[in-house]
Amino acid sequence: MTRQKRRTGRRHPLATVALLALGLVFTGGAYAALSSGTIAQAEVDPNSQQTIEEGKKLFQANCATCHGMSAEGTGEGPSLIGVGAAAVDFQVGTGRMPMQMQGPQAQQKPVQFTDEQIQQLAYYVASLGPGPEIPSDHLVNGGGDAANGAELFRINCAMCHNVAGAGGALTEGKFAPPLTDVSGVHIYEAMVTGPQNMPVFNDLNISPEDKRDVITYLKYLQDNRSPGGIELGSLGPVAEGLFIWIFGLGAIVAITVWITAKSN
Amino acid sequence: MAQDDHSGAELAAADSSHAAHDIAVSPGTAVIAADSFENPGFPPHRTRVTDENPKREKRAQRTVYTLFYLSILGSVWAIAAYMLFPIESNDVGAVRLNNMFFGLGATLALLAIGFGVVHWGKAIMADVELIDERHPIGGSPETQAAAVKVFTDSDQESGFTRRAAIRNSLIGALLVFPLPAVVLFRGFAPQDQVPVELLSHTMWKKGTRLALDPSGVPIKAADVTIGSAFHVIPEGLQDLEHGKLEEKAKAAVLLMRLEPSELNEAPGKENWSYEGIVAYSKICTHVGCPVALYEQHTHHLLCPCHQSQFDVANHCEVIFGPAARPLPQLAIAVDDEGYLIAQHDFKEPVGPSFWERN
Repeated sequence: MTRQKRRTGRRHPLATVALLALGLVFTGGAYAALSSGTIAQAEVDPNSQQTIEEGKKLFQANCATCHGMSAEGTGEGPSLIGVGAAAVDFQVGTGRMPMQMQGPQAQQKPVQFTDEQIQQLAYYVASLGPGPEIPSDHLVNGGGDAANGAELFRINCAMCHNVAGAGGALTEGKFAPPLTDVSGVHIYEAMVTGPQNMPVFNDLNISPEDKRDVITYLKYLQDNRSPGGIELGSLGPVAEGLFIWIFGLGAIVAITVWITAKSN
Repeated sequence: MAQDDHSGAELAAADSSHAAHDIAVSPGTAVIAADSFENPGFPPHRTRVTDENPKREKRAQRTVYTLFYLSILGSVWAIAAYMLFPIESNDVGAVRLNNMFFGLGATLALLAIGFGVVHWGKAIMADVELIDERHPIGGSPETQAAAVKVFTDSDQESGFTRRAAIRNSLIGALLVFPLPAVVLFRGFAPQDQVPVELLSHTMWKKGTRLALDPSGVPIKAADVTIGSAFHVIPEGLQDLEHGKLEEKAKAAVLLMRLEPSELNEAPGKENWSYEGIVAYSKICTHVGCPVALYEQHTHHLLCPCHQSQFDVANHCEVIFGPAARPLPQLAIAVDDEGYLIAQHDFKEPVGPSFWERN
């Protein structure tokens, strides 16, 4: 009976497989098209009422517990009125906010929102009071003067972030994070907003063009690693000393044991 | 069997003249001589595979001369690498390649000799246990008496003890001799100025504008927003003909703005700040590192060298670490055009302690 049906049926034995494959390709293609569509749509109109409404909803659902229903601040978190879009884009865009837990300093963790949601949040907070804006691409593309940036970095940043941008320890569990894989936009936003305990470097202290140079220098460091061999984290004498204590002295001890052991 | 001529039996014989003294236990010690630890002698002699198996010996031999040939190869490679990877361009990558390949060759050249010699000694050279006696440390009584006689004779002949005037003047001359070297240290400070004065004063004086490091652009009070940290030099420092670094090393200042309500001013210094803007010397009072790790919320200033911490909100008093005193504060004010100016120089020497510091 079944045999007969198969013989008379017009379906090819591989038809099911082909149909499945077609379906998968179609679904995958549609998904890819849709997700690339969301990236393209990340350009959110900062002034539209819809953006601000969406941002407000996101804010009240995710941030209001600590920062208050209208971002006026509570005992748990500071007021966000006047911090600007740049502060929100930095804190949420690097995964520091929403904060994982109270501690000496907000830890970085995987980013929780899409680019579109981050922008909606940022423009909502920006609508509450004037503050630093998200910088234009020209300022963060790393096309400035790396030498000038390096001098400014040594004077203003290197004491905490290390001259190679490797980061360093501060007081009571706080630390300056490494800058080796931070995007230009986030570096710029950190300078103008002063996140956590970092001081603010406003445009009258380091001009936007100078900030562009600092970013250029950091990009140069990211692209041109140390020419002197293994960096050991660029932490200086501590890491290097530990290395030579363990491996240098270890090798000497091993050779001494070999020299004094009797040959078999 | 090669052996040191002065070791072994001969030395033991030379020492035998003292043997009687050594064995006798001095009165008063509680050690019973008969219980002394017996020399267990050598462990049984164990032959090596290279002694038993001629094939293995051949192989060890091959290993040793291969290592020596490898060393020659390393030396030749080091010479070749020096020429193959020249440092001609300004590229640091070229320096790196040159250093690395030359170094690998030189390392191989020296290490292979070392490993070869040790392996030769361990696996092929004669394998015999023997005792190498220690030399007695003291000389014979005759040698000792002779040495003492040399000293008494020369004292007699020179009159070192007898002629006190000569001896004492010589001791005096030797004591004074190093003084010129000490005086040379004065040359580290400018000749025409008093070093203590130099350490006590900086370039800041009444009305000097605070300027940005490194551009030298003067700073307006309105530029310094709350939470900011500015790295400051005196205006005009960049125009100095000479001594620029010396002046900067003393005059460097960190400018910060806090909420005025958070600022706890030292008595008598209430008007040294301007609406929450404070300026402190950047030179640590411990050993002079630049203190600039500023945390804008806790108002802690951390010195990276020895972890001294200063509390900016509480007139920079030391809250942790080895620093002896708070950072000196620079009194600031605002001039007619809104620029920040110094009221006067620091009221105390900046930086670490020195001998004449009060």
